[in-house]
Amino acid sequence: MTGGEQLAQYLMSGLTTGSIYALVALGFCLIHKATHIVNFAQGDFLSLGGLMMYSLLHWAGLPAPLAFVLAVAAVALVGAALERLAIRPAKSRDAMVLIFITVAASMFMRGIFKEVWGKQALAMPPLSPDVALKFLGATFTPQNLWVLGITLAAIALLSFFFRATLTGKAMRAVAANPRAAALMGIDTDRMVLYSFALAGALGGLAGVIITPITTLNYQVGVMMGLKGFASAVLGGYGSFTGAIAGGLALGLLESLATGVVSSAYKDLIAFVILLAVLFVRPGGLLGRAQQVRV
Amino acid sequence: MSRGQVFYLQMGCLGLAVLLAPLFMSNPYYLNVLNVVALNVIAVTGLNLLIGFAGAVSLGHAAFIGLGAYLSGMLSSIWGWPPLAAALAAAVLAALVALVIGLPTLRLEGNYLVMATLGFNLIVGIIMLQADQYTGGPSGLSGIEPVRLLGMTFSDDQSFYWLAWAVALLGLALARNLAASRVGRGLRALHDSPLAAAAVGVPTANYKVRVFVLSAVYASISGSLYAHYFGIITPRTFDIFRSVELVTMCLVGGMGSLWGGFIGAAFLTPLPQALHVFDQYKDVFYGGLLMVLLIREPEGLVGAWRRLRPRFGPKATGRPA
Repeated sequence: MTGGEQLAQYLMSGLTTGSIYALVALGFCLIHKATHIVNFAQGDFLSLGGLMMYSLLHWAGLPAPLAFVLAVAAVALVGAALERLAIRPAKSRDAMVLIFITVAASMFMRGIFKEVWGKQALAMPPLSPDVALKFLGATFTPQNLWVLGITLAAIALLSFFFRATLTGKAMRAVAANPRAAALMGIDTDRMVLYSFALAGALGGLAGVIITPITTLNYQVGVMMGLKGFASAVLGGYGSFTGAIAGGLALGLLESLATGVVSSAYKDLIAFVILLAVLFVRPGGLLGRAQQVRV
Repeated sequence: MSRGQVFYLQMGCLGLAVLLAPLFMSNPYYLNVLNVVALNVIAVTGLNLLIGFAGAVSLGHAAFIGLGAYLSGMLSSIWGWPPLAAALAAAVLAALVALVIGLPTLRLEGNYLVMATLGFNLIVGIIMLQADQYTGGPSGLSGIEPVRLLGMTFSDDQSFYWLAWAVALLGLALARNLAASRVGRGLRALHDSPLAAAAVGVPTANYKVRVFVLSAVYASISGSLYAHYFGIITPRTFDIFRSVELVTMCLVGGMGSLWGGFIGAAFLTPLPQALHVFDQYKDVFYGGLLMVLLIREPEGLVGAWRRLRPRFGPKATGRPA
């Protein structure tokens, strides 16, 4: 393999994982916009997406496109349920308390997944049969293309939703100023609920498309959730563009660094970057940090 | 009675209970559980200072416990340091690390400390697993010497019981004194109204960093004791889920109340051992309990007690210590 081919290979795998980080980071961002909390169950949405897809394919025997849609919808429903059953009825509005409710929900969900699907790795089939494709010297599978294409489509849809639909605009209004939005007659509770459902859908989608490449088990989303979180911080926590840029940047950095440093420490990179960003530029690449103003 | 007197009365009762408990322990296994409770009380007391007084949460305290355990273990078993000196060195290093993490992040609003400590915990976990020539990798570090002090060796359950609980009680008393000190009062003001606290001249960020450093030292000491007691440590003991467990203990008891942290640790540590079925359903159980409690009773068991007590007895005057 020449240097150029190797680079193409790293770029391809970096963009694939980067897309997943971007989808997860977008989920973090959506919930941050609506509630100003960090949803630590975001990674479990990803696991659940993969697990649901697996069950719908193998246990229910549904055709792939139908299973795909149902799996994503199911995780969206779980996202909505998290808001409706755990966040909304909470007595305290303290962000710390709400964040730890999501931490607890994450643990709870993971426990359930372990009971239902077991601890072992499950074999998830790709969306279309695996063949080796070659482009500019990089070898990849059709699933890589599915990941890139579906991520692009999801981002385009999301962007359309927030710019052109009334519900999308209402959600943006709630993010900008919940009080003013409520005074204009927007049902803010409902918009927060939609944000959680949408975050669930994005997580589920990420899980459905990445688990044929990585692996599938009850806690596959934990590490990816944490890296998606690091991506969101890298891009500037709470910014949509930042989430996408941060996800792709982290995916590429990880992939390139694996080629340079040992792969044993590959997982370290994301978190070293996370700390570095928090220390040097806590607002991220595209954002501004909130200094305490007193 | 003043609040200080109430606290020392409570401390006296606890001390008496600690002295008498071994008399009723027919099975040495129970002593072992009580020893783990003491170690958790030490770590949770430190974490509780941070959560309750500085209003910041660390999701990386298991990593500080791990630093204490591994450094102490490595210094004593590889380089032959005496265990106490090793524990001291580990505590100093944990304090330095906390300083490095706390200084930039505690000046910022909201969740930055949560994010940074979470990242820190993951980094420490990966290093413990991968640097196997020093840490023993996934199978861990074994053959760690027990603590020796004044000619005594704290290796068995009974002798370690005295050591662990002595340190735990000392830790509680120290935390209580800090809470009543200038720093503690400043932090309480900060917790209630950052603006008012800053306006009367409380150096808010500085105090928060100090408390964070102190809480890391508590965690490190707990970890060092753990390592010298069990003699073997593995990375899994100090992963991110352990950090969540520690925060759970603080929240279940009642954040910001020192007895709340104590109650949380004393209640949740033996629970999985007491009910064997929980081993399999530990995540469901912990997660579910924490979720319900945070939704319904964000002030924890101590908060529920304060709310319910007036119904049972005479009206309380002022807040208990």
